[in-house]
Amino acid sequence: MSDKRLTFKKRLHILKHHYRGKKMAPAFNAIHTFLFSPDETTHSGSHIRGADDLKRTMNTVIMALIPVLLFSMFNAGYQHYSAINGFPQNFSLFENFLTWDNLWIGIIKVLPLLVVSYGVGLLVEFIFAVIKGHEVEEGYLVTGMLVPLIVPVDTPLWMLAVAVVFGVVIGKEVFGGTGMNILNPALTIRAFLFFAYPTWMSGDKVWVHGAVERAGGPDAISGETILGFLAQNKGAEFSYSVSDMFFGFIPGSVGETSTFLILLGGLFLVFSKIASWRIMLSAVIGALTMGLIFNGVVDAGWISEGSKFYGLMSFDFWKHLIVGGLAFGIVYMATDPVTGAQTNRGKWFYGFFIGLLSVMIRVFNPAYPEGVFLAILLMNVFAPTIDHYVVRANINRRLKRLKNAVILPKDSDGKAQELKAETV
Amino acid sequence: MALLTKKEKGLLLDPLTDNNPITIQVLGICSALAITAELKASIVMALSVMFVLAMGNVAISLLRNIVPSKIRIIVQLVVVAALVIMVDQVLKAFAYELSKTLSVFVGLIITNCIIMGRFEAFALGNGPWRSFLDGIGNSAGYGLILIVVGFFRELLGSGTLLGMKVLGDPIAKTGLYGLGYENNGFMLLSPMALIVVGIIIWVQRSRNKALIEEN
Repeated sequence: MSDKRLTFKKRLHILKHHYRGKKMAPAFNAIHTFLFSPDETTHSGSHIRGADDLKRTMNTVIMALIPVLLFSMFNAGYQHYSAINGFPQNFSLFENFLTWDNLWIGIIKVLPLLVVSYGVGLLVEFIFAVIKGHEVEEGYLVTGMLVPLIVPVDTPLWMLAVAVVFGVVIGKEVFGGTGMNILNPALTIRAFLFFAYPTWMSGDKVWVHGAVERAGGPDAISGETILGFLAQNKGAEFSYSVSDMFFGFIPGSVGETSTFLILLGGLFLVFSKIASWRIMLSAVIGALTMGLIFNGVVDAGWISEGSKFYGLMSFDFWKHLIVGGLAFGIVYMATDPVTGAQTNRGKWFYGFFIGLLSVMIRVFNPAYPEGVFLAILLMNVFAPTIDHYVVRANINRRLKRLKNAVILPKDSDGKAQELKAETV
Repeated sequence: MALLTKKEKGLLLDPLTDNNPITIQVLGICSALAITAELKASIVMALSVMFVLAMGNVAISLLRNIVPSKIRIIVQLVVVAALVIMVDQVLKAFAYELSKTLSVFVGLIITNCIIMGRFEAFALGNGPWRSFLDGIGNSAGYGLILIVVGFFRELLGSGTLLGMKVLGDPIAKTGLYGLGYENNGFMLLSPMALIVVGIIIWVQRSRNKALIEEN
């Protein structure tokens, strides 16, 4: 086995030398270094070799996403068949959920989304690398995995392809590629889909496979999400229990439903020090705060039961965390190190407002009861401003300390000279 | 004898490409974003601005030696306002539906930076014939971008061109719609107009590197 691998590697290596300096070189280099670590060593000086390069970071996030992806494939089938035949009376994990029928729906509906997302996204990255003459960047590895998980299961593939092209070119490449983007590319793709094709991204059909094509027929099925029911003040009409919501046996975007697996992935990311626990924790606090405020408004009787906000406002504050995309957004999107806040103090503000705004948008915009992606995109834009003020505050604090500690040189009037930030 | 001297030709043609008021000087963006969702509205807007700018340039050029420079801005405003009201009234009389679509944006031609910009930068210092050519050239450059943006936004956003269903009928599912194609609603929103203008600027500057400003 090792012989074969060596020859393949050698062959790639020869190919790489052959194309060195030519136009297609970045494409070959990318394939070469994606599969193997390169043979070459540095030629001059001493270098520290770190294991946690960009590729390792990306792969860790992908590992954290694998359970979510597998679950979502089974859930696609489970929701499809449950919508047709009714939910099973005595739910058993192996008999009702982890079945070949369910997996098959996942394979024909979820896998194509993944393939299109990676295929189109990496193609765009390769084209840009060849045009610009730089190496292919790994930036799309995580985005490509996130994209199929945050769209409805019945999203037409060509729409996804158009959105991926838009997201990668306008959301990332125009800013200078991986690491330079202001907005999270995966969410840019979702936002594009949402505003371009709203009928495929909201409403009561797209969330369960089959609901769109059966609509209006005698065998029509519902694809309504919990938040959708609540937004129409029909909270009594769904029968999902809290454990259904937590473990994810509910309709929704492909990968957002299982709070349990997202939580496991989040813990994995925190312990491998890839994602920031500060952002996750503060976002949860933010969401709970807003939820508590709304519950308080309902308890105080300031809002009548007929109000169109009543359904979502009266929803228990902690349940906001286990329905919709909030958990997924907090764990995998808000923690993006490129688009999030960089300073530790800034991360608290950044995360807090993501949680706060998510729940606020959910409640106050019944047209589409999901605000997580808008909240994260908005805070992406504000992240540099937050960091700026955190850094300024730090400089001012240290200046104050310095003023008390040092005897300042006096100028001709005998007055102490003003200390300026630039001199420190 | 040639109809136009070389300099006059430049006045007419430069604003179409390398000195385009929208993509190079980045003026008149507001109307380019607001009214380009339909190609027809873009064309009418382009023609309106062409009339106002060409006539205004001639008027200001004729007045340039009479008007004291202290009150020139007021004079310019009076001239633009008169011309804009003429355009507005003509539209209301002969194309009422369209004037509803364009709504306040015809009136807002007054505040279009391109117009005051050309008055100040060109008409105040040149004769009427050259000012006329400059006005036509700049408004054509403006109109060109408007029409390109309008073309893509109407085609991709509504599937029509000048109201004709070129991609098939979205309700009866004919043409492209029969294959599952759908209109892109994002194209009808103003942010997408900004992105389309941005892409035009991007393409233009990557074809002609001399246009890229140094930081």
